[in-house]
Formats: sequence, structure tokens, C-alpha cells
Amino acid sequence: MTDVVLAGVGGQGNVLSARVLAEAALLMGYDVKTSEVHGMAQRGGSVVCMVRWGEKVHSPLIEVAKADFLLAFELLEGMRFLRYLGSGGTAIVNDYRLDPLPVLRGDATYPEGALETIRSFASRTIELDAREMAAQAGNARAVGSCLLGVLSLYLEFPHSVWEESIRDFVPSKAVEVNLKAFALGKKSVEEIS
Amino acid sequence: MKRVLISGNEALALGAWCAGVRVGAAYPGTPSTEILEELSTHPDVYCEWSPNEKVALEVGIGSCLGGARSLVAMKHVGLNVAADPWMTLPYIGVNAGLVLVVADDPGMHSSQNEQDSRYYARMAKVPLLEPSDSQECFDMVSTAMELSERFDTPVLVRLETRISHSRTVIEYRDERQQVDLPYEKDAAKRVMIPGHARLRHPVVIARLEELEREAESFPFNAVEMRSSRVGIVTSGVCYQYAREAFPEASMLKLGFIYPLPRKIIREFASHFQRLYVVEELEPYLEEALKAMGIDVVGKSRIPRDGELDPTLVGESLAELIEMDTGVKHGGWSPPAPHTPFPVESELPGRPPVMCPGCPHRGLFYALNRNKAVVSSDIGCYTLSVLPPLAGIDCQVCMGASVGMALGLERAFASSEVNADKKGRVVCVLGDSTFIHGGITGLIDMVYNQTVSTIVILDNRTTAMTGFQDHPGTGRTLMGEDTHALDLVELCRAIGVESVRVVDPWELEEMETVLREEMESPHTSVVISSRACVLRERRSGVWYEVIEEECTGCKRCLRLGCPAIVMRGEKAEVQQDLCVGCSMCAQVCRPGALREVRAHD
Repeated sequence: MTDVVLAGVGGQGNVLSARVLAEAALLMGYDVKTSEVHGMAQRGGSVVCMVRWGEKVHSPLIEVAKADFLLAFELLEGMRFLRYLGSGGTAIVNDYRLDPLPVLRGDATYPEGALETIRSFASRTIELDAREMAAQAGNARAVGSCLLGVLSLYLEFPHSVWEESIRDFVPSKAVEVNLKAFALGKKSVEEIS
Repeated sequence: MKRVLISGNEALALGAWCAGVRVGAAYPGTPSTEILEELSTHPDVYCEWSPNEKVALEVGIGSCLGGARSLVAMKHVGLNVAADPWMTLPYIGVNAGLVLVVADDPGMHSSQNEQDSRYYARMAKVPLLEPSDSQECFDMVSTAMELSERFDTPVLVRLETRISHSRTVIEYRDERQQVDLPYEKDAAKRVMIPGHARLRHPVVIARLEELEREAESFPFNAVEMRSSRVGIVTSGVCYQYAREAFPEASMLKLGFIYPLPRKIIREFASHFQRLYVVEELEPYLEEALKAMGIDVVGKSRIPRDGELDPTLVGESLAELIEMDTGVKHGGWSPPAPHTPFPVESELPGRPPVMCPGCPHRGLFYALNRNKAVVSSDIGCYTLSVLPPLAGIDCQVCMGASVGMALGLERAFASSEVNADKKGRVVCVLGDSTFIHGGITGLIDMVYNQTVSTIVILDNRTTAMTGFQDHPGTGRTLMGEDTHALDLVELCRAIGVESVRVVDPWELEEMETVLREEMESPHTSVVISSRACVLRERRSGVWYEVIEEECTGCKRCLRLGCPAIVMRGEKAEVQQDLCVGCSMCAQVCRPGALREVRAHD
């Protein structure tokens, strides 16, 4: 069983990334379940998606402290859903801070050391400037594909499966940019290791 | 066979198409919206967005009587709107099958309450089915249609957010049944004058007994015997949570929820010393089992409010199940981190916000300037209840804002302690909401000569649920062009003397018009008119702060625009978020904001 939590801010595209990931797992022949958020929360609110696959999946929601991977599209949201990450879990983090309205207004403070907290909690943390990387690929909104590119290094899915899934779900005019973002994300970690 | 990964909503729509459904009707509402959106992708099904849920159900009643299998979908609170036809429909029965799908929202991801729709089945004496994943959503539609036709009754299918919006794998055959039943007049059965209804009610009651026999052999009830020590009765997505939390437990998963298969339940219960019920929201199953004389553990351990998940189910029952089995539940304990584990409640929240350039922002800014008492409806604009706009006094359900404004105004008019509020009451509601349930309230206002101001936020779409068309947009769910309801003409026809159309991006004009209409001695309507920015996105225009001019007064922050941030003592506009609405520049006293165009 593999469990992935995708945490971000409404509008960052983590619902789409969850679909791409889930479809890839389906193409691999697994039983797959996902959970998404629609409606009100999507207006710039905190959005979490969950994707699970294996021989047989029951709950569409992941138990706390059971996830294998946390894809944090934003630091605070990464912290918010960090409790889902299990021991031995990997955090793939977009090193990007997006202040929520209470912080912008000065009613709350953005937590200090978000990245350090994630690092200290996860067994392995991969950090990247996915926004910059996506911009390089041609569109700063393709953050999710960069993160999936990193994730792909830890999964056994062949590249053709990822490509097919991206082609199936990303709007056709954005496919090439997202494939490029995926490749850049993947390459960034390959270079380090 | 095809194998696809789809949401419960999509599976239900696909199942409806395969079951030969020819008519579908709904009013959009999270988490049910995608059912009709998906069904409408099949051109051989007539699909419509109805003005509200009551009309949607009435369309379904008509079409099933007319011999077409029909599907009606709504969210839980929509069934309140449709409750009137719903309660009498079982008396008249159906011809071709009629299935009403209702989607509950435990946890209120996108709703104003978390009522439990299962009681609507019991109240109307209508069979209720509950799927536990997308495959069952798909399969249950044709079963429900057959049940509906065999027993001459509508069937209620209840979903929850995590069934509607979870994707799970389904396997299916892409085949469509053909159902086309003859229509025959039968007034004694279908015209519910008291003399007829008195004859029909006993039929409805007798039908329940037959339905219970049917429930006993329903293919979606499943007895899964594993541990002899732990037995759990459950249904829907809670079955999945319980399976996850207690994989060794024996389970009775119920698919037929009303009337309940009491024999199966008794047989299952007889195997266990202690029986558990895992269900979300109300103790519906628990009370039914207790009424049968079966002792169960349910809401004494599992929360009655909010959404469940496998962690919560596990934690709630772990202690007792450990006693039953002598085996410790695999609960979680976080590894000792180097820094304190972030507790969600200590982190700053990230509530949803109105988008940069949202036309609603201008209206609420102007309402605040006029110190209005605001009775609000339900839509994106309800987000302005949050600071900094904090511009809403009360809100209950769709359409309620108008009647509530009338009531507030009458209370203030005859009050001494609230005399200063007199004439300050303003009702705000969206275009789709106004058509859904606000028009009759406005008729009341004019008829009973109330001095209130109604603002219709006309953004030409049903935004919050994902941009559905409605009678004012000039387009149907089937994608056809149609007559667009003229809000100004409608209000005039109702008898509103003053109907004014204002662009909410023009803050000063909006403030002035609101002041004038609040002061006027009659019912007035202000139409705050601008398309949703997500629908008509502007690009190539944005604002920037002239640093030397910015005094750091934070006046622009009062708009609550997520594109404006403070960088030290100065404001900054995030260019990639800004759509160039100019509202910040209008409120900035030193004139520190200037427009930039991409080609400049």
C-alpha cells in the first residue's frame, strides 16, 4: 500500500496533480482511491488531496501517521498536514511561502522554521523551488508536475505511464510545459544524489 | 469491460445513463454538483439546471409519470427545499423509475449545516440505499430504478462528501438500457385530493412491509465474518473507515438503509457479545438497532458532529475493542521530533477568500461605508463575513436573506432601543440565489410596503459551485442558447420603483447609490453588476505601489484583497495575483497605487 498526501492552497493545482498521480497508479494495474476537496475551500483556502494505491484499498482517507509521501505545495500547508506522514515517510516540499489572509492582516504570524520542522519530522526531505522550476518550464503554475517529477524517483512507475497520465488530464495546451516541469523536478534531485 | 477511476458522482451519472435514464434535473450544490454535469455529457439524456431543488424534483416526478426513468440530484439542504413534493410523491408513486440522489456534507466542507438525510427516507416512507464506493454508486442506480418500478415508489440514494468526491475504480459495460413506458391517466392515484390521499396512505404503509422483505435479499448488504469477538454494523464510507481501522473485525455493511433488513441484523448481532455501530452524524442505525432490543456501542464513543475518518474511528473504539480482543490497537504515536510537532490549532488558519478583483469586494466595502445591517444569502459573497470586511450580520439558507431583511426592518421600525438601525437594513444575494428562492421574498417586500434595500450580486454565474448556468445566463446545461432572465425588468414587474444597476468596481458610485436607496422610503433594488473575475479574466493590467508615496496606512488592506501584502512598512501588490480592478487605488488617499499595462 502506498499513501500520498498532497497539501496546498486552493488554486495551486494539487487536485489536478492528485488526478495525474492516481491515474498513473491505475495504469500500473493497482486498486486506487483518492479524496479531493471541491467547493468553498477552493477559493484560496487550505486544500488537501489524498491518493492511495495497492492490491486492495479501503478508506479514501489516509490514517494519521501512515502516509509514505507528503507533497507540500506550500510550507504552511506542509506543516498543517505533516501529522499524516508516517515514520520513514518522505516529504517533497516546494520551498514557497504564501501568507494566508490572517497573516497578511497581521492577526497571526507565519510559523518560523516551517522547513526545519518538516525536515526534523520526515525521514527524508526533498526541497525545491518548484515555482522557479515551473517558470523555467514555461509556466509558474506547473508546480505540481515538478513535485510529481521528484516523487517519480521513489516509485516504480515507468516514464511512459507518467507521460500518458499527464497527457490524459492536463489541458492539451499545457501538456508540454507540464512534461518539461516533470522532467526538471526529476532532474533536480537526480543531480543532487 | 471498462476499468476507470472515477468519483462517486461521476459513477452515479454513468450508472444512470446505463440504466436508461432519459431525464435528469438538479440545482447545483456541493458535494452533489458533478452528477448532473456528468450526466449532461450524454446527449441522449435531457438534463437541466432547475431554478431550485423543488422544481428539479417536480420535473422528475412529471418525467417518471410520463414513462421516462428519471434522476434528480441535490445536496442535503436542497432536500429541505424539495421536501414538499417529496412527502406526497410516495402517495402517487411512479411509472418509470425515479431516483433522488441526495449528498450529505458531514464536516460542512461547503455547507451551512450537517443534517442527516436518512431521516427524510423514514419520514416519507421511501426506500433508502447507500453506496460505499464508486462501483456501488454505479451499480445501485439500475437496482434502484428496478426497485422504484417494482414497488411503485421513488427511491432515495444517499451519498456523503467522501463518496461523492472520492475516486475509486469501477468496472462496467458501456451499455444503455432502453426504458419507455406507456402513460395512462389514473387520477385516483395521482391527484391527491383528501379523498384520494386517504386511500393512498395505507398503500404506502403496506409497501414498507414488502420493501423490508426486499431489503433482506438486497445484494449490497454484506456480511463479512472475520473475528468472532468484534462485530461492527456500518454503511457507506464509514464501512471503509472501519475496515481500515479494524481490519480483523467482522462487519455487517448495510446497503439498504430504510427499511432495515432486521433479520440479517439480528442474525449478525447474535454472534457478538458487544456490537458496534459506526456511522456519521446522527445515531440513525444505532437507534433503530436499540429499538429492536439490540444493545450497541455507537455515539457514546463516536462523535455525532463532524466528519469521521479512519483515525477517528480507530481512536474512538480502540479502548473497547482492545478489551474485547485482548489485542492492542495499532494507534499512532509520532516519533519524538527534534522540534515540537506542529499542532494544527496553533498554525494560522487559511480560510477561503474572495479572489483578487472579485466584484463582491467592492459592494461590501461600500456597504461598510454606509454602516448597513446586512442580511446575506449563500454564495462566494458570504466569505465577506470574515475580517477585514466583516460585512454580514446574518445568514441562514438560500433565499432567506430577503424575508429576514423584511423582518429586521419591521422590528427596527417599531423599536426604541434599535431606532438607529431603522432604514439601515440591506439584503444581499446572488443572481442564481435570487432566482432560486429570493423572488417571492421581494414580492412580499413590495406587497407589504417594506422600506428595505435588496442588492442582487449579478456575476452572471453560479460561482461557488463551479460556474453553472442559471436562468439569467442565457445558456442551458445542455449548452444551448436560451432566453436570459432580465433582472431589472423582473424587479420592475414586481413593483419595485427604483431599480439601479451599478458596477461594484466603482466604489464611490456604489457607496452613493446605496446611501440614496437606503434613505429612500420604499423597497429598492440595486443590481451590483459585474461578471465573476474567474469567468472573465483580465490580463495585462495590474497595479503597483509607488514606494515613495505609500505612507503605510494600510487603508488598502481593508479591502481584504489577497494580492496586497505588507512588506515592512509599505504595501506591495503581487503582480501575478492582481487583475487590475483598481479598487485599491480608489481607496488609497496618498495615491500610491498606479496602473501598469503590459505593453507600457
